Amino acid sequence: MIRNQLLVCAGGACITSGEKSVKDVLVEELKKNNIEDEVQLIETGCMGACDLGPIVVVYPEGTFYQKVNVKNAPLIVTEHLVKGRTVPDLLYSEPVGEKKAHTSAEIPFYARQVKRVLRNCGAIDPLSIDEYIARDGYFALAKALEMTQEEIIKLLIDSGLRGRGGAGFPTGLKWKAAREAVGSPKYVVCNGDEGDPGAFMDRSVLEGDPHSIIEAMTIAGYAIGAQKGYMYVRAEYPLAIERFDYALSKAREMGFLGDNILNSGFDFDIEIRIGAGAFVCGEETALLRSIEGKRGTPTVKPPFPAQSGLWGQPTLINNVETYANISQIIIKGAEWFRSVGSLKSPGTKVFALAGNVQNTGLVEVPMGTTLRELVFEIGGGIPGGKKFKAAQTGGPSGGVITADYLDMPIDFDTVKEIGTIMGSGGLIVLDETSCMVDVAKFYLGFTVDESCGKCTPCREGTRQMYQMLERICDGKGKDGDIQKLNRLAETIKDTSLCGLGQSAPNPVLSTIRFYKDEYEAHIGEKRCPAHVCKHLLVYSINAEKCVGCTACARQCPAQAIAGEVRKAHVIDQSKCIKCGSCYETCRFGAISKE
Amino acid sequence: MSMNLEERLKENPELKKQVDELNVFIDEHGTREGSLINVLHRAQEIFGYLPDEILEYVAKKLNVPRSSVYGVVTFYHFFSRVPKGRHTISVCLGTACYVRGGNNVYDKIVKTLGIKAGETTQDGRFSLDLVRCVGACGLAPVVVIDKDTYGRSTPDKVVTLLNKYA
Amino acid sequence: MKSLDELKRIKDQTLKEMDLRQAKERGKIVVAMGTCGIAAGAKDTLMVIIDELSKADVHDVKVVQSGCMGLCDREPTVEVSMKNQPVVVYGDVDEANARRIVREHIQGGKVVTDLVIKRENI
Repeated sequence: MIRNQLLVCAGGACITSGEKSVKDVLVEELKKNNIEDEVQLIETGCMGACDLGPIVVVYPEGTFYQKVNVKNAPLIVTEHLVKGRTVPDLLYSEPVGEKKAHTSAEIPFYARQVKRVLRNCGAIDPLSIDEYIARDGYFALAKALEMTQEEIIKLLIDSGLRGRGGAGFPTGLKWKAAREAVGSPKYVVCNGDEGDPGAFMDRSVLEGDPHSIIEAMTIAGYAIGAQKGYMYVRAEYPLAIERFDYALSKAREMGFLGDNILNSGFDFDIEIRIGAGAFVCGEETALLRSIEGKRGTPTVKPPFPAQSGLWGQPTLINNVETYANISQIIIKGAEWFRSVGSLKSPGTKVFALAGNVQNTGLVEVPMGTTLRELVFEIGGGIPGGKKFKAAQTGGPSGGVITADYLDMPIDFDTVKEIGTIMGSGGLIVLDETSCMVDVAKFYLGFTVDESCGKCTPCREGTRQMYQMLERICDGKGKDGDIQKLNRLAETIKDTSLCGLGQSAPNPVLSTIRFYKDEYEAHIGEKRCPAHVCKHLLVYSINAEKCVGCTACARQCPAQAIAGEVRKAHVIDQSKCIKCGSCYETCRFGAISKE
Repeated sequence: MSMNLEERLKENPELKKQVDELNVFIDEHGTREGSLINVLHRAQEIFGYLPDEILEYVAKKLNVPRSSVYGVVTFYHFFSRVPKGRHTISVCLGTACYVRGGNNVYDKIVKTLGIKAGETTQDGRFSLDLVRCVGACGLAPVVVIDKDTYGRSTPDKVVTLLNKYA
Repeated sequence: MKSLDELKRIKDQTLKEMDLRQAKERGKIVVAMGTCGIAAGAKDTLMVIIDELSKADVHDVKVVQSGCMGLCDREPTVEVSMKNQPVVVYGDVDEANARRIVREHIQGGKVVTDLVIKRENI
């Protein structure tokens, strides 16, 4: 008889924070107290609140323990499970005030979320197909197999679901095109090449609820008339590959994959293909080439994959989060799906909240939620009392949302209007210590590395832009650089073949649009307002605060600091290499950085 | 060179074992369309990197032009044609890690080990790589050493960390 | 797996195993598990209550533990709080009494008067 269940979050971040050893301690402790038969321990997928990990939730109370470590984990057993006393030290408490949250529902990070895509993540054992079925898993497949292909596609079109991979193309229309395309065999592909650095929702779904993707791909196969599916996952996600592979074997065992699925006469199976570290493979035509075992270079569209995809055959390709919505739409209907979100972007969106924000992790909110709600209410604001500067969305293909737009509802169309894109949902919060020129340079450096090299404007143009930004950050910017950047950016956008090149200049264009003053300060005044660009910094010693301890002079690798013991020191600017080691060494706050 | 490999297989039982292991995989999966990348993944797991003679061997076995194999191997970051160190350090410079100071951690490792990304220490102890996002953004900055992921790393912490790996 | 019925059977079966994780709206039973409670057999009481509820197919009542309620001479003590009903505390809840509480109070809706040691006024 089981009286309690311990749900231990085994998401990527919690594993990084030591989940495995915490789990071992808990198992050991349960044995020691002779309650291993009464208390069941289950490892789940990501619970989302990544900076609170490792997380352990005790049911039936739903008590939410956070930042559990090997030292305090035994208390959960000896106090909570043996003596019925909550362990107050492990509860979440608000950064301000004494109030402690007992369950996840009392934590603002969770309270405002609407879990649809992530509904099973952290709630079920991802290795148990039975638990997936208990949460209505594979019922959508059973229902879909009794519908006609047209009915399924009409339902999807009515739901208004748009592709969660970035561009927001209506999913139903994609399915319709693939169904109507002439040719056999047809293929279903899932794009799990989550390349946007800063987004990890697809990883969490694949790790925490793999069957939801298998079910949706199978429904897609039936709807467009395909019998073979490919799951393309990044090589950087070994755990996702392992769990998805295991889920595939279970689904085959139970007959949800294979021949004559649920006695319908429909055959379908899925094969995993592992990426090999190329960002461009997130672009659908490049991804298809990669599945074919070739270099992942994009091809011209049209023809679209729906007409000519894998090996020239009609191919339906959607991303992980898009598929994760399908089963629930089949079961609950288009009306239900549209009940949250905005008119033109119904449903929810998962954001990966990261960067300079208090609560990091995965959050799922209705489309049309404002940035203010995301950053300040769910995200808990900026740590260290710093000021919010901007949020970067869409990764290397996107741009920034500034403080002026904090109250703008975020959906596919609104973000486009201000020059960024939704992308896959990475949301990097930047505070006043971030230099926007540096941020733009960072993303461009990424594209320079990842450009496949097929189109000259993208291959050479992004490099030229990068070198210009590098010059600007080094204090060698020239008048007219901004105009040159703009011109080159437009050329690259207009003349590149695929989405990567067409969107590569976005981070630069967006930051020039909103932070032109910062660019001008770098170029004209040779000054970095956020004190980030190393070569534009000036370190100096405040003679009144300096006690002459000589620590900085000893630390300085360039021997640029002179001064006698117990007398104020001076930095020789001509020798200073701006390494900042004096700044970090000084214990008296006598060194300023400007 | 292929003659070379065959001769060496006779003399080197260790190498033969590795090639046999690769053959098992190729026999099972190699017939599927587009299996080249999967086979290369397996080969790199077995040999630690992709020696030229093995690339040639794979090309023959799969009946794919050598140029295509070379093209694929050089296109994808994951594949390495040079031997790797005993431990691989991957410093994440995804956005979240960058914003939270991942580059300082990288600089510290460069200073400590005297190698840059893509290089291996002379004693063969460490190889250093830069990666773009391992999906643990909540704990940025992140460093991955072999299969272990370390979150909230700092330049100081990372030096202590390196000492754990012999 | 060839039919919807089979699927439903797995769902129902697994839901029972996942029962602890479901929202339980009708009420909760709190078993005091302080040192004195445990010494008096509270753990057996707890397990019997869970067993009895499961046998009776009751899934909307939560069973949780608490620390000492401060009524050490009447341990094991059990508090029953059902939605829209006054909270009742029972004393001397051994295994047999535990079964009675589930049957008479939870299923039958009638307070087991002879075991009551405290009753909330409304």
